[in-house]
Amino acid sequence: MSALLEVRSIGKSFRGLRAVHDAAFDVAEGAIVGLIGPNGAGKTTLFNVVAGVYAADAGEVRFAGRRIDGLRPDQVCAAGIGRTFQIVKPFAGLSVLDNVIVGALLNSKTVSAAKGYAAEIVERLGLGAKADLPASSLTMPDRKRLEVARALATRPKLLLLDEVMAGLRPTECDQMVEVFRDLNRKEGLTILLIEHVMRAVMALAQHIVVLHHGEIIARGAPGEVVRDPAVLECYLGEETQV
Amino acid sequence: MLLAVLGVLLAALPAFAGNYLLSVATLILYLAFAGQAWNVMMGFAGQLSLGHSLYVGVAAYVAGGLFFHYGIGPWAGLWLAMLVCMLMGAAIGFLAFRFGISGVYFALLTIAFAEFTRIGFDHLGWTGGPGGMFLKVAQRDQIDLLNFRGPPAMYYYAMLVLAAGAFALCAWLLRSRAGYYWQAIRENEEAAQALGINTFRWKMIAMMISSAMTAVAGVFFAFYYNNLFPEQIFHISRSIEIILGPIIGGVGTLFGPILGAAVLTVLGDSITELLAAFGWEIPGIKQVFYGVVLLAVIMFLPHGIWPALARRLGISK
Repeated sequence: MSALLEVRSIGKSFRGLRAVHDAAFDVAEGAIVGLIGPNGAGKTTLFNVVAGVYAADAGEVRFAGRRIDGLRPDQVCAAGIGRTFQIVKPFAGLSVLDNVIVGALLNSKTVSAAKGYAAEIVERLGLGAKADLPASSLTMPDRKRLEVARALATRPKLLLLDEVMAGLRPTECDQMVEVFRDLNRKEGLTILLIEHVMRAVMALAQHIVVLHHGEIIARGAPGEVVRDPAVLECYLGEETQV
Repeated sequence: MLLAVLGVLLAALPAFAGNYLLSVATLILYLAFAGQAWNVMMGFAGQLSLGHSLYVGVAAYVAGGLFFHYGIGPWAGLWLAMLVCMLMGAAIGFLAFRFGISGVYFALLTIAFAEFTRIGFDHLGWTGGPGGMFLKVAQRDQIDLLNFRGPPAMYYYAMLVLAAGAFALCAWLLRSRAGYYWQAIRENEEAAQALGINTFRWKMIAMMISSAMTAVAGVFFAFYYNNLFPEQIFHISRSIEIILGPIIGGVGTLFGPILGAAVLTVLGDSITELLAAFGWEIPGIKQVFYGVVLLAVIMFLPHGIWPALARRLGISK
């Protein structure tokens, strides 16, 4: 069986600065894959290529067997890929629920159906008590939750998470991990996550891809990757105990 | 309840108001209508147009010209005017949104189109050029609905129906899929796109609805004032006049454009009248006054009068 997401030798440069070079990996259906690496490694660039924000200079991206590189972000989303932003982008003037309704409308026939589904998602992410507050009043952890809620509301097959754990306290982080595990197990949601919080990566990912200077330097099961000398040297550090 | 009382009062106004009061009320309703049309684009979808005089003018000339030259009544002219304005809105929108022109640059583009249309009409013989076009004024005491000629009360009622209709349309739009998508685009276009919204398409739709609505105001303008000069109708002050109401009342709200139009017109006219009563005729005092009000609202009520008032009255949006 072919993978849900296939990234094939993707290259992307910005005015001569090579952000990603010859990156290739697969995300199998139902899997949770972690994408890690030091700051500036090209993780978010790679994400944005998959999500349709940037056009790749080289390579191709396939989703469920269909080429999606060259599509606009809204078309990528409509194809079944939901994404969050590392720098959160809430609809600040709208209520929390309305933010999520916007996402839910994509695969709902009516506004009232979208409202119902959005309310469920809001509840699931623990934002139920804040549903009617303007998004601008939320704290950073709640804004991260809102990013996830909004992306989930589009009913994606694949969810791209860009550092949604950053800034969360360990208990909050564990709650979030639980939500994703639940979604993965019960609804078969496939997840590709960029994350610096190793606690979350180790708890979630079944497979890890390590990016450094735009190139993939290691990949494999979490237990192996964190002992890989190259990864230790460039990213995790010698002393890391996970 | 409050709305019902207001409705009855507005419906009964011609029974006790004189012609002057009726003309002020008609002007308020005209501005409330045009303000709501503009609000669809800026208030809902976040696209700042400073050139809405373009649609007022083009629609006025299309319907007015058909009537003047061929005796074709406004009911036929209205549809053509709306169509022409919608296509112009679509053309401007296409240029801007296709090539990623947004914010201030988009606003400049809308001014540019209004301005060069004004200059174009100055050289267009069919519309009378800078000398203007004058529609035949029929008897004011007879109602000729077919040609939209009649007493002031007829114009008042027509505008009342239009303003109420625009309100209903805006209220419906805001609660529909379009309303959610537009507000998402207004708040953060990148995030909106990431949620599967074809932002180009929805901005185009906002622009076309807004320009077609404004065309209706333009046709009314032609048959109410009966004389059209490019210098006046396409002038940027006509665009500013349209957007002041919503800005002062509350951009993006349903009641804001109506409240703003009423507050501005009533206060502006009373100031002029008051000064006239003292024997002072100061040209341009109304504009100065508008400037001061705008300044005060921006300083003290940056979201407009309506949101603050609604909070005070305990009404949620």
